[in-house]
Amino acid sequence: MITTIDLEPVNKILAQIELSEKLTNGKIKPAYLIPLLQDIQDEYGYLPRKVLEHVSTISGIPLSRIFGVITFYEQFYMEPQGKHTIKCCRGTACHVKNGQKISDTISEILGIAEGETTEDGLFTFETVACLGTCFLAPVVMIDDQYFGNLTNSEITKIINKYSPKGDMP
Amino acid sequence: MTLSELKSLREKIEISKKLIKQRIYICTTGCRASGALELVAGFNEYIEKNNLAGILEIVESGCHGKCSQAPLIRLEPSGYYYGKVKPEDVSEIVEKTILGNEKIERFYTVTSQEGEKGFFGHQKKDILLNCGIIDPKKIDDAIGVGAYMQAAAALESMSPLQVIENVLESGLKGRGGAGFPTGLKWKFCHNAPGDEKYLICNADEGDPGAFMDRALLEGSPHQIIEGMIIAAYAIGASRGFIYVRAEYPIAVEHITLAVKQAEEYGLLGDNILGSGFNFRITIRKGAGAFVCGEETALIASLEGKRGMPRSRPPFPANSGYMGKPTNINNVETLANIPLIIEKTGKTYSETGTKDSKGTKIFALAGDVKNTGLVEVPMGISLREIIYDIGEGIPDGRNFKAAQMGGPSGGCVPGEYLDLPIDYESLKEVGAIMGSGGLIVMDDRSCMVDMAHYFLEFIQKESCGKCVPCRVGTRHMKDILARICGGKGEKGDIEKLEELAVTVKSSSLCALGQTAPNPVLTTLKYFRNEYEAHIFDKKCPAGNCRDLLTYEILEENCTGCGVCKKNCPVSAISGEKKEIHSINPNTCTECGKCFEVCKFQAVRVS
Repeated sequence: MITTIDLEPVNKILAQIELSEKLTNGKIKPAYLIPLLQDIQDEYGYLPRKVLEHVSTISGIPLSRIFGVITFYEQFYMEPQGKHTIKCCRGTACHVKNGQKISDTISEILGIAEGETTEDGLFTFETVACLGTCFLAPVVMIDDQYFGNLTNSEITKIINKYSPKGDMP
Repeated sequence: MTLSELKSLREKIEISKKLIKQRIYICTTGCRASGALELVAGFNEYIEKNNLAGILEIVESGCHGKCSQAPLIRLEPSGYYYGKVKPEDVSEIVEKTILGNEKIERFYTVTSQEGEKGFFGHQKKDILLNCGIIDPKKIDDAIGVGAYMQAAAALESMSPLQVIENVLESGLKGRGGAGFPTGLKWKFCHNAPGDEKYLICNADEGDPGAFMDRALLEGSPHQIIEGMIIAAYAIGASRGFIYVRAEYPIAVEHITLAVKQAEEYGLLGDNILGSGFNFRITIRKGAGAFVCGEETALIASLEGKRGMPRSRPPFPANSGYMGKPTNINNVETLANIPLIIEKTGKTYSETGTKDSKGTKIFALAGDVKNTGLVEVPMGISLREIIYDIGEGIPDGRNFKAAQMGGPSGGCVPGEYLDLPIDYESLKEVGAIMGSGGLIVMDDRSCMVDMAHYFLEFIQKESCGKCVPCRVGTRHMKDILARICGGKGEKGDIEKLEELAVTVKSSSLCALGQTAPNPVLTTLKYFRNEYEAHIFDKKCPAGNCRDLLTYEILEENCTGCGVCKKNCPVSAISGEKKEIHSINPNTCTECGKCFEVCKFQAVRVS
């Protein structure tokens, strides 16, 4: 499948970079690479290869280095993500409060492993080191909403609310 | 803005605050996850409908600390904290408590004026003082309680060396983990040659189980900025970074807003408060790598590279960001600075123990009744934190261990409950202060599983640069997984110990050097649990799935069939209203039958 990627948004981002983040020759400072990639991902939802190639040409930062950075950090994606992202906290408090079971249940319901996206493109399932809301353990975050003190049956109900059409309950 | 303008602004804010006598402080940071914003909307709607605007004000504050009661609100002037409040309770609270001065026992959890006992009684709120009494989104609120006054005082009447002298005298040690004396770090950077220096605030709070930096950034962001201004002045930096974890959206929002407001007031930028000192702050979001909490990895990340640590020396104080002298401090460390300037280093050092000064914020979580953020003087015992402040273990369970210091720390057993906690004492028992995560575990927690959990975490987060960490932690994790899975062998414990020593002594950075700690402490205090797993194929805590067997107790089974219906592998058989049984050959020990049985008829052993 060939999808056309619109370069308009990335050009807009590149045009808005402050002068202090640029070198004297007008190229982007390599130190600004991570915030730049974050802005691009916010816009596109992931980092399309074609956009990265474009960024490399404009900035002069080698594509190999851009890939190196993307693959190192967990929050960069090179594939489109699901409409909803389910983040299951795997922090210590959540672990003590049976967080592993919640994680297993999510995997079971969605039929995907951690880091994968459902075939219908509705859900991406991730685990995170700690959401910093240990007092709600075990915690799951769906998009920007927290669900705390979960049990297996509750998480099942919550996920069902987001499907089948992916509209908010 | 000049110093006198700042002072008169503060006076003006203080006077205007006195016009309204009744306030409700709603935590809209940590409690947002429990519906705090809906509560704010509910109160504001009620105020508007009933024309109470001149009498009652709603403050969207930071964290109050007792997070287990979320959403938690404080009513002033009574000082009552009401917990688990819902939007439908709004009218009752305003009518009874605000207008009628009546306490509603149903919501009441604690008061700020309770004296010696209970949740606040054992605490010493120095650093968290402003969390919960100001709206962190409003710089005027912060200035009204004295924000930036200490930075102004330092810029006006102290030399950089005098500032450093005070911090040295205070005895403050880094609150991020390693506990290096802050004043000394500043001195190295101050003395390093070069005009271009950098200050970095490490807000990449990655330790699972720690959330004090999050609360400070969310609830009192100007305190961090003020600490940074003083630090930058002391070391001679004109540019600073706040490297904040992207998993904390509210913290990113509040600190970004705070920096912008400080710039508008001239508290950041050129010629701050007419002193001639210039300082700017840039916010950078992390991209999800635990290792970036390590200072050289953090610097690499700021430089737009893969966040991998490098060997030291040279230390960042001499060669840090872009090869320039750089000082890195943790959020909580910087939050201590205004207090040190206010009280002087000498007075500050009167709190705490011989070698650990001041207070420490702990994130209390796990199997404890009151979970949340607590600030206590150094030297307090674990028992006071868990049993007096935390009010003990729920469900009548017994204390087993406290995990302190996250993946670099260790599990402290019951025999050390009365140990006075400071940097040194924790090191002696094999744990570390770390950033202050304190996870309480009851007798249902398996210590081998705990060690496995942390090694799995470290393995995933190891950057892969050095072999001992990359390969060593992998082997340790695999051995632990085998033990938890019932396939432990004789000699596994010895192998773990040997690997632990190697990984500890030969890894490049602190991530690897401290990775074996969870294994070493659990082996030291709970060796019998390892042996039970390996030799008896039993998990004494009843936690490790592969070592459990499930059976149905005939005397309790009513034959309701719920377990049979819920079993994912159809391992349960039995006719309606007759006693059911589990086929051990098909059972995958998932525990679902145990969970759904309402008659305690499923036994785990």
